[in-house]
This record gives sequence, structure tokens and C-alpha cells, in this order.
Amino acid sequence: MTALTGVETRPAVVRRPTVLLWALTLAVLLALWFAGARMEWLAHYPDEWVLPLRDWVSEAMEWLVKEATFGLFTFKEFTRGIAWLLNVPLQACLVLLAHGLEVPLGEESSILIPPLSWLGVLGGVTWLAWRVGSRGLAILVGTCFAYLAVFGQWNSAMVTLSSILVAVPVGIVCGGLLGILGYRSHAFERAITPVLDLMQTVPVFAYLVPVLFLFGFGPVSAMIATIIYAMPPMVRMTMLALRGVSAEVLEFGRMAGCSERQMLWKVLLPSARHSLMVGVNQVIMLSLNMVIIASMIGAGGLGHDVLTSLRRLAIGDGLEAGVAITVLAISLDRLSQAVANRGATPVHLQTEQGFADRHTTLLGIAGILLGTYVLAFFIPALRSYPDQLVIDTGPLFENLVAWVNVHLYIYLDAVKSWLLINLLIPFKRLLIDAPWPGVAVVLAMAGWRIGGWRLGALVASLAIFIAVTGNWEKAMVSAYLCGISVVLAMAIGLPIGILAAGSERFHRIAQNIADTLQTLPSFVYLIPVVMLFQVGDFSAMVAITAYAVAPAIRYTDHGLRGVPGEVIEAAKMSGCRRGQLLWKVKVPLAMPEIMLGVNQTIMMALSMLVITALVGTRDLGQEVYIALTRADTGLGLVAGVCVAFLAIIADRLIGAWAARRKRELGLD
Amino acid sequence: MVEESGAKEASRPDIVMQSRQSADAKLSCRGLWKLFGDDAERFLARCDGHPSAEQIAGAGYIGAVRDANLDVHDGEVFVIMGLSGSGKSTIVRCLSRLVEPTGGELLFEGEDLLAADEKQLTEIRRHKMGMVFQHFALLPHLSVLGNVAFPLEIQGVDRATRERRAMEVIELVGLEGRETYFPRELSGGQQQRVGIARSLAVEPDVWFLDEPFSALDPLIRREMQDEFLRLQRVLHKTIVFITHDFDEAIRLADRIAIMKAGEIVQIGSPEELVTNPATQYVAEFTRDVDRSKVLSVRSVTTQAEDIGEVAGEVKADERIGEVAHRVVNADRPFAVMDETGRVIGRLEKNAVLDVLAPHGSRDVAAQ
Ligand SMILES: Nc1ncnc2c1ncn2[C@@H]1O[C@H](COP(=O)(O)OP(=O)(O)O)[C@@H](O)[C@H]1O
Ligand SMILES: [Mg+2]
Repeated sequence: MTALTGVETRPAVVRRPTVLLWALTLAVLLALWFAGARMEWLAHYPDEWVLPLRDWVSEAMEWLVKEATFGLFTFKEFTRGIAWLLNVPLQACLVLLAHGLEVPLGEESSILIPPLSWLGVLGGVTWLAWRVGSRGLAILVGTCFAYLAVFGQWNSAMVTLSSILVAVPVGIVCGGLLGILGYRSHAFERAITPVLDLMQTVPVFAYLVPVLFLFGFGPVSAMIATIIYAMPPMVRMTMLALRGVSAEVLEFGRMAGCSERQMLWKVLLPSARHSLMVGVNQVIMLSLNMVIIASMIGAGGLGHDVLTSLRRLAIGDGLEAGVAITVLAISLDRLSQAVANRGATPVHLQTEQGFADRHTTLLGIAGILLGTYVLAFFIPALRSYPDQLVIDTGPLFENLVAWVNVHLYIYLDAVKSWLLINLLIPFKRLLIDAPWPGVAVVLAMAGWRIGGWRLGALVASLAIFIAVTGNWEKAMVSAYLCGISVVLAMAIGLPIGILAAGSERFHRIAQNIADTLQTLPSFVYLIPVVMLFQVGDFSAMVAITAYAVAPAIRYTDHGLRGVPGEVIEAAKMSGCRRGQLLWKVKVPLAMPEIMLGVNQTIMMALSMLVITALVGTRDLGQEVYIALTRADTGLGLVAGVCVAFLAIIADRLIGAWAARRKRELGLD
Repeated sequence: MVEESGAKEASRPDIVMQSRQSADAKLSCRGLWKLFGDDAERFLARCDGHPSAEQIAGAGYIGAVRDANLDVHDGEVFVIMGLSGSGKSTIVRCLSRLVEPTGGELLFEGEDLLAADEKQLTEIRRHKMGMVFQHFALLPHLSVLGNVAFPLEIQGVDRATRERRAMEVIELVGLEGRETYFPRELSGGQQQRVGIARSLAVEPDVWFLDEPFSALDPLIRREMQDEFLRLQRVLHKTIVFITHDFDEAIRLADRIAIMKAGEIVQIGSPEELVTNPATQYVAEFTRDVDRSKVLSVRSVTTQAEDIGEVAGEVKADERIGEVAHRVVNADRPFAVMDETGRVIGRLEKNAVLDVLAPHGSRDVAAQ
């Protein structure tokens, strides 16, 4: 009960200075605002004060590529070497899955060694799903791959899958190794953690720019960007997983006399494998997301299809490819989760088993692939899915779009215009007009009150960095789009989360929705949005909201469920009605967790924001996108870092608040 | 109560130390310190190797082990008992150098263990030490067989040999038929049997057990204690056994060291602790103990050359509980014989009754 009263009333002594301080801050803000009318530099950061940071970065990159050398070899040779190294397995996968291999025979003729049969691949993954999971999983995965074949997406999908098949293991191994280093050396961990923080908040496009600059345009650079993007969670999870191994197990390892290497390979990694598999799953999902986006620097495959149809506004083709990506993502996600769960709970074997028994899964896959491969020489329909059987849904979707435009346009447009005029545009104006030093003061104040002067100094200097590099106005557009979308996402996610926390059935449904939303690569969200609302801020807002709503649901649900049962019983005994119980007990206690959900929602919104540059926003994301098309590393990196700083400001403020509140409520 | 003064002497730790030569000790430590905190060695040196509890706390250190002296003899079960946080785990880890002591001496088979380098230490741990953990510390990805064979695998023993050896110990702890199971599929008691089998696989000279049964339910705990006693009758290992449960200590121990806040308060046999607690603290523990299971016939024997008429004879080192039935139901005292069969005195019915129902409780009953 002490927790309850603590929520309701705080001593007035604590309250008054806070209120006073905030009133003062607000006064400062308003004063600056009015002063801005006289002093232009207050309202708009003057161009001549801008630090030419982007030029410096561009020059540094230029130097790196043209002149840098490690003695034995130059930087350029180094990047070429890496690209060559990664190209070998990628080509091998492409040959096997998509293209086959042309072997020249003498001058004129050549012979084509065909790729694996589509039916073989389909059968192989279905068999795998059945062995590692259940019959249900096998049906799901089989249907997904069948979709790819039947709807004519097979070749693109195999190109995408090839990139994944190379990027994921490389990402896992590199991330794992860095994680092990971080586990072994605290100094290394301290050095790498801020880098990881930054990497996970810098928008995806920002990765593409330097990679494009260093490695050029093509599938290999796309894969490198994918690996870099997907690696940070693996590093983090590895450190976390290894730290999570119990002290006793470590002591046992030392008592058994393990060497360093035995300790790592025979004790630590196997004991931590369940958590490690979570990291692996993350790498797979992020790779899939990125390999689509990386089509902008030449990844090919499904991402390329989506991108070109978005550019042509060919919604039908875009939707088809988008669904294909989704289907691929869902099957890979469920497959990897099944593998992870299976690995976590080994079950003893009843009898002695021979080689064939122990390797049924692999032998089965090999058998299916080989069998269909040989058969395909006699039955061409097995080689590649017959064209005349392909179902083209393009026209169907085109018709749908046409129908929507004819019948729904007036309503959709009315809603859109109303919201734009009454909500979006005024809010945008407000943020753009706010004087930049005033915003910095407010942020500093918030940081100081929530987490002490260090936090205040941090968020204020991040904000000032944005201004100094000349990105203030663009950043405010980002903040406005992101802010509105987050509010919307919370307005949708919060009630769903509350409902889900109240009933088991709804909980499962909400869980499934959130799962699916999070499996969809961000690109995919753009397609239906553009179909319904054309391009512009409004479409961007809808896409961002849809993309960011999942954590709002999840964290609300989780937070409410986490309220201690005893507290609820106590509240019931003191006569709370259902509504009172929810609003006076559960929600306040779950608030820290819900705020973490808001935090996640903001992070998701910011990462989506950049992608919506494709549907014509005018913010930092657009800057990064422009930088990409011009291969302007300075512009891209600086704008990207600014987005990251926005994210870090929100993250630190909300994180500190939630942590403090949790401590106060004794929920730790 | 006859040997009162002698027992008191023997139970004072410093005297116990001196009376036993460390030459016949398998494992011993002298003036062992473990302080947690930065630069603890320097702090210890600054205080001339003997900081007081106040000095330690004042400087912000945690005195997990303070000036500990003990000898573990070949083939004995040496129990370290104390409340949670009293430093038991730390001291046992110092003995195997899993935790590096801050100061003091450590002798293993007469050799200075603190002088051993990492390689020698690994060899000693591989071949001469075994340890059982409170929460089992099994490897989740290995079967029972794999877990038990693991220490041998680490040593590079070939598969056939190590699995044969592992099967032997698995049978020894009564888990045959379960060797293909994984830890998750076993109950807590069975998991600890695996832990025990695993630590025995290398045939260690010294066997450390850190609260091995504390995580188990009371009934299972009892069963495992019996199992432990049975194993020890077969194996005759030198054992350091940690527990926070005084009853467990009394059941299993040849000798017990009682720890409090990092210090060893008293070392002695269960009987010595019960008859002559060195401090009020030890007396608190021993108060509720069933004395008839701890005290020997010798401790209540009336010494006499001429014992007169007797109803029969009992051995001096039998527990009183074992003979009580006969003595109480007879109308004459019993003759007490030592190991050599010599009569050393007689056992009176009243002396036995005194142990079965001590004065305090009889007074209460009389009121
Ligand atoms: N690694 C450590 N760092 C700091 N303090 C420790 C560490 N390990 C143990 N301690 C402290 O040392 C004291 C003794 O702990 P421990 O030996 O685990 O006690 P026991 O096993 O008797 O419960 C406790 O106060 C504990 O908090
Ligand atoms: Mg302990």
C-alpha cells in the first residue's frame, strides 16, 4: 500500500521548486521566442555560423580512399580484399539458388550447369521445418515458399535469400567474436558500447552512404552494409549471454581444469546458447530488413523490385514483391526460432542411434535436393517453375488501386486534408518557429530534473550539435513527424495493450499482431500507404505509426501484467472498482514499463522516418537519402548522426525517467 | 561431564591447531585472510596483517575470511558451518584458489599452494580436487554421461576410456539407466547426483562440497545425506563440506568448524561442540540438538576401577542414543569398555536419562 500512496501524493516541498523551475524555463523560452522577432539568429540558426563538418568528413573519406595506406597495402586494396572475400560465397549461393553456372566449352559454345530445382528447395525447407519444428511450421514454410514460386517471385527471392545466407553467418561470427572480446575485456566493452548505441540509432540509409563510397555500387557492398547493420545486436547479446552464465558454472570449469579455450568453447558458449540464439534471430531479421533497403546500393532481388515499382508508382508490382518479402521474412523468422527453441531443450534419446538416425535432417535435405536436381534433367518443369502456371496478381492489384482511387479517394482525401490543416501543419510550424536556444534550454532543464546535471548537459549539447551543423530546421521536421506518429501509435497501442492485459484470448491475438508487424521489413509499409494516400507527410505519418505501434502494444501489455498480484488484491480488498483498479493502481505502477514502450516506439519511428524519405518528406531523412543518391558521405553521415542524436536525446530522457520511477515504486 | 576440563581445552581452536601437526594434514591454512575491495593486500599490510573488524569496515572492505586457521586430515569429513554470508563459500574457494586469498599460508599435501603457478594449479585441480556446487552447475547441453565425463574430456582422455569411467561413477551414485538424459529432465536430487558423480570421475584426493544439499527439499536432503555417508564409507575421501544447517553438520561431520562473520569461532567434533561450546554463539546452535545422537557413552561414564555388578557391557564410543534403550530398561549399570576391550568405568541409568531429558526440560515438566 505504501507504493500506492506514494503514487498519489508527493510532499508539497518537493513539488513547489519543480513547478517554479518549470515556470521559469517556460518564461525563458517565451522570452527567446519574442526576442527572435528582433534577433534573427535566435529564430533561425545563421548559415554563416554553420560548422563545415560535412565537408571535413567528405575530405577525410576522400583521403581514406585515395591516399590512406597501412604500409603493406593501401586502404583501397584493403576494401577491395574484403569485397573479394565476401563475393566468393555470395556467388556460390547465387549459382546454386538462382543463376546456375555457365561453363565455356571452347570458343563458341558453353554449357549451363543449372541451379537447384525450385521444388527441391521448397521440399528442403519444408523438411527442415518439419524436423526442427512441427507439422504446422512445415505447412507454413511450405506455403510461403510455394507462394514465391506461384506468384513469379522465385528468382528475386532466391537472390535475396543468397545475400541472407552469406550475410547472416558472417554477421553472427563477427558479432560473436566482438562480443567475446567485450566479455573478456572491460576496457573493450566500455569502448564498444557507445559505438553500438550509435550504430543502433543511426538510420539505415546513413550506413549505405559510406559503404557506397568505399565499396561502390553492387550486391557485395549491399551485403557489407547489411552485415554492419545486423551485427550490433549480436555483439550485445553475446556479451549479455556470456555474462549471464552463472558464477558456479564458471567455477566448475576452473575446477575441472579448463584452459582458456576449453572454457570458452566447451563451457561458456554452450551454456549461453539459448540467449545467443536470440541474437542470431535478431541478426536474421535485421539482415532481411537491411538487404531490402540495401537494394538502393545494388542488392538486387526483391528489394530492387519493390524499389523500382515504388519509383514508378506501380503499386501492383510493389505489393506482390512486398508480400514476397514478408512471406520470406516470416518463414525465416519462425524457422530460426524453432531451431533456437529446439536447441534450448534437448531431449534424451531412447536408444542407441546410428549415423543415419542422428543426421536425418541433413541427409533428408541433401536427398531431396539431389533427387529433384537429377529428375529436373528429365522433367523441365522441375528446373524452374513453368511460366504459364505463374499467377500474375499485378492487374488485380492495379484494379484494386484504381477502385480505391475512384470510390474512396474523396473520403481519404478529406480525412487527410483535415488532419493536415488542423494538426500536422500547425504542429510543424510550432516546432520550426521555436527558437533553437530556447529548445536547448528546455531540454537541458528536463535532463537536469530527471537525471542530474550530466544528463542535462548531454542532451543540450546534442541539440546544439544539431544546430551547429546546420540541420536544425530539418531536425525539427523530423521531430514533428516522429512526435505526431508516436502520439498516434500510443493512442492506438495503449488501448490494445490494456485490452490484451485484461484477457488471455486478446493477449494472444495482440501478440500475433505485434509479432507480424515486427517481422515486416520497413520497406513494405510504404506500399499500401502510397496506394491509399499518395506521397507526402501524411503518408509518412501513417507508415511510421503502423511501423511503430508494435512496441506500444507489447510494453503496455507486459507492464500491466507485471503489476504484483498482491498489490492488485490489496486494491480490490480496499474496494476499487474495475476502472479505479486500472487507472489508480495498475497504470501508475506499469507507467515505467509503458514509458520504455514509448521509448521503443520513438526509436522505431525514427528508423522508419528515414525510409519515408522515399515518399517525399522534407526532413533529415531526405538529407540522408539525397546524400545517398549523390554518394556524398559528409552530408549523409552528419545528417545520419543528427537523427541518431535525436534518438539518443529521447532515449536518455525517457530511460532515466523510467529508471527513477521504477526505483521510487520499488519495482526493481 | 567427567572429562569436562579436558574437552574444553581440546575445543579451543588454537590448542587444537597446536596439538595436531600439520604434517599429517592433507590441506591446511594458517592466518588466512580474504578481504573484498580494491588494493586489499596493501590495506592488510598497512594494518600489520591484523586489521580489526572495525578497521576493515571503516576502510570500506568486506572481511569475508579473517585470520582463519584449519587443518583437514586425510580421510576425514571436515564440515564448515555458519549462517549465510559468514564466509563459508569464500573460505572453501580460497582453499582451491578459485578465490585468491589476500594473505596467509595455504598448504596442500605439505606443499605451498600459493606458490603454484597457473599451470601447476590447473594440474592439481584436474587430478586432485573435485567440487560439488549448491546449484549443481551442470552443463545444460550435455547428457548425464557427457556431464560426468566432462572433466576427463578436458584432460584429453579418449572417449571410450572416459565413458567407461563415467559409467562407473554414474552407477556408484545410483543413476544407471539415466545416462542419456539431459539435466533439465532430472529432478533436483538427481541433478545433484550427477554433480557428485562428475566431481568423483577424476578420483580426487580432496573433495569440496559447497552446500550441496541446500537447494533440495527436506526429504530429498535427508536421502542425499544418507547417500553421502554411504559413499564416504566406500571411498574414504578427504572432504571439506559446507553447510548452514547444524543438524546436517552433526550428521555428517568428523569435525566441524563454526564460522561467524568471517572468523572461525570454534573447531571440534560434534560432541565437543555440544559439551563445550566456546562461545555463546556456538551454544545457541547446539542448544536444540538431540544430545543423545551426539554424545558418546564415554562422555557420561563414571570412571571407576571397581564397577561392581553390571547388567551387561557397552562400548565407550557408541552414541548414547544407541544404547539408551538397553540401559534404561535394566536395573543395574553397564560396564563401559574402550577400543582395546578394557573396562574403563560404568554407565549409570541416571546419566543416560540426564542426556535424554536434560535438566532444563525436566524442571519445566516438574512445574
Ligand atoms: N566477489 C565478491 N565481492 C564482494 N563481496 C563478496 C564477494 N563474494 C562474497 N562476498 C561477501 O563476502 C561475504 C561472505 O560471502 P560468502 O562466502 O558467499 O558467504 P556464505 O557462503 O557463508 O553465505 C558476504 O558478505 C558476501 O557479500
Ligand atoms: Mg555460500
